[in-house]
Amino acid sequence: MKFDNPAGKNPIDRMKVVGKAYNRIDGPLKTTGQAPYAYERHDVAEGQLYGYILGSAIAKGRIKSMDLTDAQNAPGVKGVVSTLDHDPMKSNFNTASLFGGPQIQHYHQAIAMVMAETFEQARAAAALIRVDYAREDGRFDLEALAPSAPPADGKEVSYGDFDAAWASAPVKHEARYTTPAESHSMMEPHATIAAWKKTDDGRDHVTIWTSNQMIQWNKMALAGVLGIEQDQVRVDSPFLGGGFGSKLFLRADAVVAALGAKQVGQPVKVMLQRPLIFNNTTHRAATIQSISLGAEKDGKLTAIRHISTNGNLPGGDTEGSTAQTQFLYASPNRYTNLHLAEMDLPEANAMRAPGEAPGMMALEMAMDELAETLDMCPVKLRVINDTQVDPTKPSRPFSERHLVECLQQGAAKFGWPEGGKYPKPGGKRDGEWLTGIGMAAGFRDNLLMKSAARVRLKPGGRLVVETDMTDIGTGSYTILAQTAAEMMGLPLEAVEVTLGDSDFPASAGSGGQWGANNSTAGVYAACVKLREMAADKVGFNAADVDFDEGEIRSGGNAVALSDAAADGELVAEDGIEYGDIGERYKQSTFAGHFVEVAVNAYTGESRIKRMLAVCSAGRILNPKSARSQVIGAMTMGAGAALMEDMAVDTRFGFFVNHDLAGYEVPVHLDIPHQEVVFLDEVDEKSSPMKAKGVGELGLCGVGAAIANAIYNATGVRVRDYPITLDKHLEKLPAIA
Amino acid sequence: MRAFTYERASSPAAAASAVAGTKGAKFIAGGTNLIDLMKIEVEVPTHLVDVNGLGLDEISETEEGGLRIGALVSNTALAADQRVRRDYGVLTRAIVAGASGQLRNKATTGGNLLQRTRCPYFYDTNQPCNKRSPDSGCGALHGYSRQLGIMGVSDQCIATYPGDMAVAMRVLDAVVETVKPDGMTRAIPIADFHRTWESAPEKDNVLEAGELITAVTLPKPLGGTHLYRKVRDRASYAFALVSVAAVIQPDGTGRFAVGGIGAKPWRSTAADAQLRNGASAAAQVLTQGAKTTEHNAFKVPLVERTLAAVLAEARSKGAAA
Repeated sequence: MKFDNPAGKNPIDRMKVVGKAYNRIDGPLKTTGQAPYAYERHDVAEGQLYGYILGSAIAKGRIKSMDLTDAQNAPGVKGVVSTLDHDPMKSNFNTASLFGGPQIQHYHQAIAMVMAETFEQARAAAALIRVDYAREDGRFDLEALAPSAPPADGKEVSYGDFDAAWASAPVKHEARYTTPAESHSMMEPHATIAAWKKTDDGRDHVTIWTSNQMIQWNKMALAGVLGIEQDQVRVDSPFLGGGFGSKLFLRADAVVAALGAKQVGQPVKVMLQRPLIFNNTTHRAATIQSISLGAEKDGKLTAIRHISTNGNLPGGDTEGSTAQTQFLYASPNRYTNLHLAEMDLPEANAMRAPGEAPGMMALEMAMDELAETLDMCPVKLRVINDTQVDPTKPSRPFSERHLVECLQQGAAKFGWPEGGKYPKPGGKRDGEWLTGIGMAAGFRDNLLMKSAARVRLKPGGRLVVETDMTDIGTGSYTILAQTAAEMMGLPLEAVEVTLGDSDFPASAGSGGQWGANNSTAGVYAACVKLREMAADKVGFNAADVDFDEGEIRSGGNAVALSDAAADGELVAEDGIEYGDIGERYKQSTFAGHFVEVAVNAYTGESRIKRMLAVCSAGRILNPKSARSQVIGAMTMGAGAALMEDMAVDTRFGFFVNHDLAGYEVPVHLDIPHQEVVFLDEVDEKSSPMKAKGVGELGLCGVGAAIANAIYNATGVRVRDYPITLDKHLEKLPAIA
Repeated sequence: MRAFTYERASSPAAAASAVAGTKGAKFIAGGTNLIDLMKIEVEVPTHLVDVNGLGLDEISETEEGGLRIGALVSNTALAADQRVRRDYGVLTRAIVAGASGQLRNKATTGGNLLQRTRCPYFYDTNQPCNKRSPDSGCGALHGYSRQLGIMGVSDQCIATYPGDMAVAMRVLDAVVETVKPDGMTRAIPIADFHRTWESAPEKDNVLEAGELITAVTLPKPLGGTHLYRKVRDRASYAFALVSVAAVIQPDGTGRFAVGGIGAKPWRSTAADAQLRNGASAAAQVLTQGAKTTEHNAFKVPLVERTLAAVLAEARSKGAAA
């Protein structure tokens, strides 16, 4: 189904099942420990060996030799996969090699995997591998490299004349902001079980049971690195314990599991041990951002410049931290660009809301500072600079844009001060706590991706949905079931959803907050086809039927839907594809973030008291799972603002705090109160579902709202995230 | 984890003798720290002597009017004990500020005193660390050291003692009772129990080979207001950047010990004597000779500020009482 024009009225608009706050249908499986996560799939292949990965002890250089003898002779060991026995392997989605060859590109690069009868045997044997390295100097210090980092190709956006407008702007704010490298640190580490078999035509075929967000990408990638055809690979990932972008691409666990299983002729399972997650996999790049905002005295922006620099391995990508700056506020003059320093730290790549998450942390702090310079309400400053069109392409309207409503409803609900201005920074005490409030806009793009599904109407009337869509904890199972139930006029219980198998039709997958809208639209398309087939089957005119309460109705007639499958199941497959509608209309999601914090006047510890997000993201398919997405993202934003920081050892070139004791993420006590409001709206240009993504929106802007609240509490502006106590301790107001 | 042999000891002296008799042997009690370190081969015992069956899990009153805490009393049980809560509140407060409920259920009194540093270079066997691997160098000194120590440290090691319980025990002048392989016992004041890093940082404490902690005794109650303040980036489940254990009397005198800054819980009687002159005076004396890095220099003012918070809280609590 091609979606190229705004959606008209359709069966989803009934909202009998879609839009209801159902509990997730996979909840009981998860709460009873029966959801099959990758490492626990003991039943899928007989005789699984345990793998244990050895990571490189150096950040850059070459392996001169590796002595595997002791490891191979250790108790229980069935084989060792060595990087020296393979050529470097990576897919088009990876920057760093995942495995193979003597070259070391980054710390904890996988260089061997031991396979043994027990996990403990494999782990012990891995420690017996002796590696002789030739260490080389590397580039590890972004601060030192940033000044000479060149602009990345094709990232510059220039509109109007920034320089002239900046020179003549009556009010200016300009500052430098930094965000640290962050780790996805999802609960479930990367894990894979691999098994090979011969197919009927005598070819080798590998199945990986794994934890991955993008099934087709990974099928393609694994086939590519193994040098086999895609039809020789099956990827199965029905449940993920989080991903946040860390599982978008093929990773070392899948590669070494497949290589190892081939080598020993036996299934192998392996999980990246937690300390490897930080340096072996990807992370969000640290950024150094400079922002210049020029305005009239009334607050109207006349000049916006935003330049962001990050580092990455040679061939790696930028962190697109200026993405939102192109679209968020009106201004006739604008310049944004991204600079990229070549470095030898592990690969930087997508983490939840790549670009906008760190970009909004900087831009929305800069806006707060501009409001202060203007002595103006920060909500009003954003409202008067709203735009309903793409500012650098004024003929291109936003599909829907309700940022102003988000901000105004949020301000009212939060209890933003009369007159809108901040209370005096550092001026409010509650016992030994300085208290403050802060706000920020939220912005994240909505992306359109094609997505397919198959639906089966079974004899007896049950409906089965098959798509390789993944559920990374988001609620995909539930919203896909709601969509199919709505389309076919069935109760939710009559629908079974099966996901994550590469033998199913290719979906949009989970990433970039595109999963919900696109994958449900794919199921919508398949159901449209099934409705036609079912109507035909019972002799109704497909153009004039209604599916409701388990019946197909036409005119005054009604038959049970199950009658359509009485003599065999009906199977329909289709997908959603988009033309240029995403080009004709700019599609984004919006929020107003409001936060109250307390900062200890003695110790400088910052603790959040309450958070509110008012979100605009089209139709909300399930208010409960959508809310869960947003509060999860707000929590991640709290981590980014207050504590998450991958510390770099600039001598040895690695992220030092590579476990969950050293890399702190928020705990329950850090998050006392969160409230989420969704505007009641639909976006007819997003898909037949009229929905948009919410999974990343809650992250974009919230960090700045927290930072702005801390400033309001302390009167000390910290522009280097995370805002830990050491950064403002000695500038805090004198203790009374 | 390397393969090891295992036995259950039948008495404290037998346990001590078993460890002394086998090269590379260690005691195991709760195992909350040891087993983690064994998994990554930072600890590589050849033999484990399990002391869990030895009793040693009672809290009893001493003739001097204090408490004798068996080495195997769990952190949970110790923190919850009515006598501890009533008379040694700083100890309960310190214990519940650390770890998680699950860990406190397993962790023991003796074992907690032996908790090893959380320095990331100690944990990463690819990195130099004099504490883990003598004479390999200190990775942290010119590396990432935000969490690490400023007192009792040296160019050889800047590790901190990471725990909370011992900081309170230091302020209470606890005494560590041990038994040696030959059956002799000794009582080590907690002030002398942990070492500093002028030399041999691989040795955390003064215990001899095979010497087993059997109990910790607390002197008779001090009265006063008992406070424990733990400062950290997140609100729970994190090691202290700085912590202050204090017992403050109504007249403003008292004593305090500081965690998170040194090789051991840090206290000085000279600093205690300055308490009546305020936090600034007392903290200045306590942190005299601090050896800081660019990452952890903030701990000096943070000690003063945290102590100021504790003294203010003591004043308000005293006023309320």
